[in-house]
Amino acid sequence: MIPRSLFITMAIMLVLVISLGFYFRRMQQRAYEVEPAATAALPVTPPASGPTENVTLYVADDAAAELRPQSAKIPLPGGRQQRAEELLRALLRIYQQPGAAHPLAAASDIRSIYLVDPGVAVIDLNAAFADQHRSGIMVEQLTVNSLVETLAANVPGVQRVSILVEGKPRETLAGHADLTEFFDVQTVGQLVGGQ
Amino acid sequence: MLTLLPAATSADEKQLSVYAPVATYALPIHERSGHEYVGLLELLEPLGRVSSEASAGRWRIRFDAIDAEFVPGKTRARVQGREADLTAPFLVENGRGFVSVASLGTLLPRFLGSAVNFHESARRLFIGDVAVRPNFRLETDPQPHLVLNFAVPVNPTISTEPGRLRMVFKHDPVVAPENANTGFDNRVITQATFSESNGVAELEIRTSIPLIASFSNNARTITLSAAPAAAGSNSNSQPAQGGAPPAAGNPVTQPSPSPSSPAPAAAPQNVNRLLVVVDPAHGGEERGAALTDKLAEKDVTLGFGRLLRHELEVRGFAVLLLRDGDNALTSDQRAGTANVTHAIVYISLHAVSQGNGAAVYTALMPVAAQSNGTFRAWNSVQASALPASRTIESAIASELAKKQFQVREAAASLRPLNNVTMPAVAVELAPGPGGLLDLASASYQQKAAAAIADGINSVRDRLVAQP
Repeated sequence: MIPRSLFITMAIMLVLVISLGFYFRRMQQRAYEVEPAATAALPVTPPASGPTENVTLYVADDAAAELRPQSAKIPLPGGRQQRAEELLRALLRIYQQPGAAHPLAAASDIRSIYLVDPGVAVIDLNAAFADQHRSGIMVEQLTVNSLVETLAANVPGVQRVSILVEGKPRETLAGHADLTEFFDVQTVGQLVGGQ
Repeated sequence: MLTLLPAATSADEKQLSVYAPVATYALPIHERSGHEYVGLLELLEPLGRVSSEASAGRWRIRFDAIDAEFVPGKTRARVQGREADLTAPFLVENGRGFVSVASLGTLLPRFLGSAVNFHESARRLFIGDVAVRPNFRLETDPQPHLVLNFAVPVNPTISTEPGRLRMVFKHDPVVAPENANTGFDNRVITQATFSESNGVAELEIRTSIPLIASFSNNARTITLSAAPAAAGSNSNSQPAQGGAPPAAGNPVTQPSPSPSSPAPAAAPQNVNRLLVVVDPAHGGEERGAALTDKLAEKDVTLGFGRLLRHELEVRGFAVLLLRDGDNALTSDQRAGTANVTHAIVYISLHAVSQGNGAAVYTALMPVAAQSNGTFRAWNSVQASALPASRTIESAIASELAKKQFQVREAAASLRPLNNVTMPAVAVELAPGPGGLLDLASASYQQKAAAAIADGINSVRDRLVAQP
């Protein structure tokens, strides 16, 4: 004969287990519903793999209106093109940190970089990079200079840089910086060095 | 048949033309509840120092030493403590105050303290003694020709079609002659009719033969005479400041070179003065940066441009304001218009909500495209003028610093700086100590405009000496 108290305890526990089962199932459904929305605005970038290397990133500072060289140790893959992409993604991560001195939208990303001989690099930005970029001569120019100078400093042989958005030419980054022309690495370098 | 050149304002867009000793400009008319309105701040900006603020349900404006207060939705206002009646309720939209156009004739003298002659039906406002009355004289020896004399240089757009020649005065304070409809006892030139509407005046000359217009006496005299028999076309139009010389057979001649397309919003009237091209960036659908929820960069640059025009004119420069309304221009149009003017400097005006003070830019030259013989690559025509551009950049920055602006100098890949043949700079105005509100403040803009004008004035001699 099962004691009455034990029967009641088991019944309560059974009810609890069933309730918790429903609760967890409900929570799981909610997580599935929320997760796609949370990740939709973020770039889908595979993590870089490979040995870490020391690189110099040219990081923009809005308050000082200049670029500052900043050493970083980042994993770089073997291919020249993939290395260039990872390099600029490392730069973007600095701009996407809270309190960045030159903030860029969290969804900003480098779609691809094409290295075309002789000496031409084509940076393909995603739409969010340009669409959510702040508008202004200085802030746009700092972004362009930062991309060009970082690329030129770490990828030997790059002399000219063109910037596309979603694979297409675009007139300006956010209303000011002209993206229709090739940027001359030497000219931008003199500008950065002369700051 | 030749096509008509585009005008700065479309024919169906209502506008108010203002002629004053210090400036001539046009403003868009807004229709609300059956009344025509005009922005009061925009109207007064070119005429003096003006600022406005909205608080506690009232909209206040200060013009030079005159204070006025308006209440949205009410027809009663106070100017210098005295009541003034408006013909329609005062409106505030996006922080900007609007008064009915019909009120201007009585309201403006209270601000300006000078005579105002308002041709209300034609939307033409004359401030002070600026009106110019043409004088006709028909001469028949050796051939019939009509001589029109004006007290000041004029700059009409002239077009011809069979049986008539039209002169449209968009920027000249031309008013009706003694007889608006003058008949001539001549079979060749039969009649001259004056009319005015929507901010422009028009003189129509009836004729039985194609006429040619020639300018003399420093554009104060226009002589209409028979066109050469070889004239092949019978209809054409050219702005008087039109850039390209008239084509062969074109029965219209013009006095000076000027832009071909698009027509500028205003044109300098004194060809002896040094010309500065002022280009308020953005416009139309292209709003530029959103400085605040309600304030677009294009609106700030326009007001800033008008103030800079005034400051430059005060210092003796002629000014071509590339945009004097909310119209869109491409970078190529801006550069193309500027390049044919032979101005001593081109200034592009911008505004930004980040940072503080102002920044002055010269062109960051891109990789030059291939030049071909005497044709220079469009993307790098600025290269030869870059040293002079940097001289102006430094001069403007120096004057801005004198006026307590925190100022930066830099190079930027900003079109159309690299497409402009003359010395070219861009000025980006950022908030001052007062924060974002400064950007919409006429006094803050006026201080920056004065510094820019001082900077250009300080290197005037060196610019003139440029090859």
